[in-house]
Amino acid sequence: MAERWTMHPQRPVGIIGYGSYVPMYRLPNTEISRIWGSGDEGGPIKEKAVAGLDEDTITISIEAARNALSRAGIDPEDIRAVWVGSESHPYAVKPSSTVVAEAIGTSPFHLAADLEFACKAGTEALQAAIGLVGAGMAEYAMAIGADTAQGRPGDALEYTAACGGTAFIVGPAEEALAILRGSLSFVSDTPDFWRRAYQHYPSHGGRFTGEPAYFHHIQSAADALMGEMGLEAKDFTYAIFHQPNVKFPQRVGKRLGFTKEQLEPGLISNIIGNTYAGAAITGFSATLDIAKPGDRILMVSFGSGAGSDASVWEVTEALEERRHKAPLVADYIARRVEIDYGLYVRYRSKILVK
Amino acid sequence: MEGKVAHDWRLRGQRYRLEGEECPHCKAKIFPPRDICPECKRPAKEPYRLSGRGEVYTFSTLNSAPEGFENYTPYTVALVKLEEGPMITAQLTDVAPEDVRIGMPVEMVTRKLRAQGDEGTIIYGYKFRPTGLGHAH
Repeated sequence: MAERWTMHPQRPVGIIGYGSYVPMYRLPNTEISRIWGSGDEGGPIKEKAVAGLDEDTITISIEAARNALSRAGIDPEDIRAVWVGSESHPYAVKPSSTVVAEAIGTSPFHLAADLEFACKAGTEALQAAIGLVGAGMAEYAMAIGADTAQGRPGDALEYTAACGGTAFIVGPAEEALAILRGSLSFVSDTPDFWRRAYQHYPSHGGRFTGEPAYFHHIQSAADALMGEMGLEAKDFTYAIFHQPNVKFPQRVGKRLGFTKEQLEPGLISNIIGNTYAGAAITGFSATLDIAKPGDRILMVSFGSGAGSDASVWEVTEALEERRHKAPLVADYIARRVEIDYGLYVRYRSKILVK
Repeated sequence: MEGKVAHDWRLRGQRYRLEGEECPHCKAKIFPPRDICPECKRPAKEPYRLSGRGEVYTFSTLNSAPEGFENYTPYTVALVKLEEGPMITAQLTDVAPEDVRIGMPVEMVTRKLRAQGDEGTIIYGYKFRPTGLGHAH
């Protein structure tokens, strides 16, 4: 099939460093159902990651960015863009990206901006970084997706809205640990989830978030990219889909022809929750943590409102030597302190103290 | 408020990246930066980024916090001896007060220190946590 929608940079690019961060606190779904549900029936996932009192999207981004830098092994002054995608930037006006950039020690000569597109802001930042490096305007660009997701107490989203994030440094393909083979984006005006200005919690369209939103956008993006590149599910070692729960990515994977085994390393929502702008990319990061040279990986994000970014990556030899220069996603998952609903409402500032 | 913004802004290098100084004469590492070497008393203005690795020299847990930090109690403040030499005062994070020990290896992380009310700036800076997930460099 001729390529019409698939995008390629002018020069080959890839990921030269990646890094994640997941806060240590965990709230089990049984705690939420104990307070809001009918007894001990559980919820859509086992537990979700919760940020501590001194953590937010900026601090999560900084930790992920430092891990990405450790793996990339480059001078931070050579980074020409720092883009942070999130729906929970600490300020309504004032970039998160400038704080992150100063903290990792970039030179002031770089682009910086915050992106917002619900759960796909992180992959949007990645697409932009691919464009900047691919056009030859920069050697390196950093793309981050991170969130401290808000869920209204008692709402279905409270079971899964979690905290965490991942950073990538995009650079020339010859330095990459995973080379980009193609990408595309598919968006439409589909109001499945939103938060109006000055509102603390988001609203959503209930079941409307399923077929017309999540499934339509992910399947359309994945079908177009795989079709145009002449690839089928069996041609991939692994696939990662946006993971608002466990069921949705499993179902969309099955519809696209992927097996459970292909999804398994990158499907971590059951144990950390939905980290929103960090979700698909932290699944990708967990997959890179175990991938081998030659592996082909598909990642498809989804952001409400709505859209999907799909990309195909091929792992190189460089991954194995860089992997252990920063903590793995599994290391963060293992660092776990369980909290109850009472501590959760304190940590997430859900009680009025003045 | 405006004066405070300028004050915090001036400190961002040391708060975000542990940027101190190195004495060009005796090579002592200096933190916080003070432009005069505390060891040999000669001018020292060469910026030097500390690794962020160190150990707890001593500590105290606060249950009654000063203004701006009430929301974080109880929390532990430590004197951290950095591997390059300087001793700095900082909060510990991601650790329960009862688990802190003298000599415990720690690493720098950048966290929220406090916010200037609901309308002011959010101040970020160094804290230390038990070593183990290290990306300090």
